[in-house]
Amino acid sequence: MSNTKELDILLEANKINKKFGNFTANKDIDISILKGEIHALLGENGAGKSTLVKILYGILKPESGTIKINNEEITISSPNVARKNGIGMVFQHFSLFPALTVAENILIALDQKIKFKDLILRIKELSTEWELFIDPLKIVSELSVGEQQRVEIIRCLMQNPKLLIMDEPTSVLTPQEIENLFKILKRLASSGCSILYISHKLEEIIELANKVTILKSGKSIATIDAKNTTTKYLAETMVGKEITTLKKVQSKNLSKGIALEIRNLNKANTSDFGISLTNINVTVNYGEILGIAGIAGNGQTELMEILSGETICDKEDQIFLDGVPIGFEDITKRRKLGIETIPEERTLHATVPNLKINENTFLTYFPKYNQNRSFIGKILNNPENSLVESEQIIKENDVRCPEPNPMASQLSGGNLQKFILGRSLANNPKVAIFSQPTWGVDIGAATTIRQKLLNLSQTGKAVILISQDLEEIFQLSDKIAVLNNGNLSEVLSANDISAANVGLLMGGNSKSQNDQEESK
Amino acid sequence: MITFTPRDKVSNYWTLIGPILSIILTVIFGLLIFTFLGFDPAETLYQIFISPFSRIDRVSDIFVKACPLIIVGIGLMFCFKANVWNIGAEGQFIMGTLLAGAFALLFPNVETKLLIICMLFIGFIGGALWAFIPAILKTRLNVNEILVSLMLVYVAMLFIDFIVRGPLRDPMSFGFPLSKPYPEGALINKISFPGIGYLGQLHYGILFIIFLIPLTWIFINKTLGGFKINVLGSAPKAARFAGFSKDKITMTVLLLSGGLAGVAGVIEVSANIGQLQPEVSFGYGFTAIIVAFLGRLSPVGILFAGVIIATVKLGADNAQMTMGIPKVVTGLFEGILLFFLLTGETLQKYKIKWSWNK
Repeated sequence: MSNTKELDILLEANKINKKFGNFTANKDIDISILKGEIHALLGENGAGKSTLVKILYGILKPESGTIKINNEEITISSPNVARKNGIGMVFQHFSLFPALTVAENILIALDQKIKFKDLILRIKELSTEWELFIDPLKIVSELSVGEQQRVEIIRCLMQNPKLLIMDEPTSVLTPQEIENLFKILKRLASSGCSILYISHKLEEIIELANKVTILKSGKSIATIDAKNTTTKYLAETMVGKEITTLKKVQSKNLSKGIALEIRNLNKANTSDFGISLTNINVTVNYGEILGIAGIAGNGQTELMEILSGETICDKEDQIFLDGVPIGFEDITKRRKLGIETIPEERTLHATVPNLKINENTFLTYFPKYNQNRSFIGKILNNPENSLVESEQIIKENDVRCPEPNPMASQLSGGNLQKFILGRSLANNPKVAIFSQPTWGVDIGAATTIRQKLLNLSQTGKAVILISQDLEEIFQLSDKIAVLNNGNLSEVLSANDISAANVGLLMGGNSKSQNDQEESK
Repeated sequence: MITFTPRDKVSNYWTLIGPILSIILTVIFGLLIFTFLGFDPAETLYQIFISPFSRIDRVSDIFVKACPLIIVGIGLMFCFKANVWNIGAEGQFIMGTLLAGAFALLFPNVETKLLIICMLFIGFIGGALWAFIPAILKTRLNVNEILVSLMLVYVAMLFIDFIVRGPLRDPMSFGFPLSKPYPEGALINKISFPGIGYLGQLHYGILFIIFLIPLTWIFINKTLGGFKINVLGSAPKAARFAGFSKDKITMTVLLLSGGLAGVAGVIEVSANIGQLQPEVSFGYGFTAIIVAFLGRLSPVGILFAGVIIATVKLGADNAQMTMGIPKVVTGLFEGILLFFLLTGETLQKYKIKWSWNK
């Protein structure tokens, strides 16, 4: 019995250890993957999931530990060795060259030599066999994100992998695309290829996986059968404490009229890879959360910049605050008028990593200190002025710091986000605009942040939430619009729209399905 | 394979040991090279490291040599902190000198030192104008400032050459490409210490540094302007988020560094040469780039770095004059020193791991 079981194990890793400086990323991790199994790897951000798969794929070297494939101990010293041993990987951020064609991109990654004609035939074969429809001669930059992922998968399939590692593959897909991907993965698994699937989305794991290994603070704390568990159990095991649920009070009678109005907003893209915003019309009332869904790269960055005032509108009457046109006001002026923005990138955009917390507070607070000061005081307006405010932000928002007034880079993602939110909300804004506020934040902190957004709207502020996370959008929003290729869809009440509808809008009205028929 | 991993904190141990070890290694390599080339190694090292300190007037000459390096280096510091790469300080140095010099020559008989004060301002404007060209091209058309500023160095070199051979040539110069001597009011005098007299070439231009360094320190650390430069250099997107204008900052740091290079030129020529000639700079604008980085882009650091570089340059001159060591050899030695100093600095920030397996 034990003999047959051993034969079924494809990959077994024992006591994997990896440190980065003083930070232990992986500690004594054990994992074994059976043949033909979909094995999920679950954990919060920073739990060590990515480190572990990078070790398995030969990108990182473990300090200690053994890896066995088919019960034979091997050293995976590079991705080449991994590929030779039948391990393929689809990365979270795709590793494709945008200027080359699909076939060329696949050719680059191939270890064996093959004629270009044969390659194209092989790609076509694989793409029909697995329903990963793609035109091998198309240039990658013209493909949608979902199609790019198909290219990555085909690239792995070219090597006949025994194990396919997928790092958060659904974070960039529409619900329809996710459904397709799952079909393909299930077929792959039933054909004998094991899949190691990294995610922090619990529903997905229960739907897709056979088994799930949960990582927490670099340790593997449990391996359980994914079919006999609940999302609640998974979440609590992953976080290690009970999850508090959001409190949404439905007392929406304090609507005080329109706060922010965007009228016929057009903005041509300024960079080669940017998106042009076209004819955007939307209003946000006080006491209301407007959710803007959409897949990354469809104009979210551009919309955020033009709302914050980092880029100025072409015409003054494209944005109104309380009925007053503010299109020409810059970010500092808009902040003063009561519009606070929380950008997606926490480091290097919302904060400067190598500056201290008081300096990062000063970053947006500096205009305050120029009022009521002497001439010398105005000249010597420096970050020391922010020491008091920064301490308050830290205290009132429970920002955990390793030392008093640390550098921004010393804070964890969640704590940094708490600081950024605290810094903005301490200004008591009329309108708060968030972009991906809980991206990469652990569940506990995410709940706190979402509750803050709800509280804001319940105290009569206008809130705009730009997010890729549909669950979050539906949890929080009163009305929803979808951003696709620089166009904003009609705004619908959250009660009248289903996730499937939003999904269709995200894909630009089932555009991906048309593409499939074309390539057929 | 050698891997560098960043340290969590800058190592105090290596901050102390690093420079000492760098000097020791430089000495060892220097000994080897000089022995190999057939020069008395002990004598050469004495000339390079010790002779600049052997007499008080020689020590003061170190500061004279370091003066332009420090002023230009401080200017470049503003640019480099903001991630603006002004490589053309040499050209700005020349143009500042030229404009101020031409102005001085308009007043052949003026004796009042008001003239030199005016020249410092005009030198600043001259250098800033030369830096304005890359600045406006960068901010308006996003043209690479490295290329433009560097190429303008050669334009400036040829331009001053043309001026001193043509329009401003002294008719009494027997055909040499020299301007008329500056009037008395345009010269910076040597400092006469009571009871001692002159100390080498030590001149009043040094006073400028004594003011410049604390002012720069205050500007960088205690004002909004310094903060803006720092943020733009560390995270350009965060600078936008704060509402700082990238174009304004870029323009300011380029004009400031160009202007300071121009002032350095005026001080150098008015104190040591006293007239315009085809070569006024001797590469100060380029050496100052090294000074700025060796000084880790901090005003006090640049002061020390300027002194170190000036010492080695003077020592190398001594070795050339007394022992006939070719300039290329002393240049090689300077290179070795810089190499080890910068390596030592890397060790303060990174840990090094050696591994021999594949």
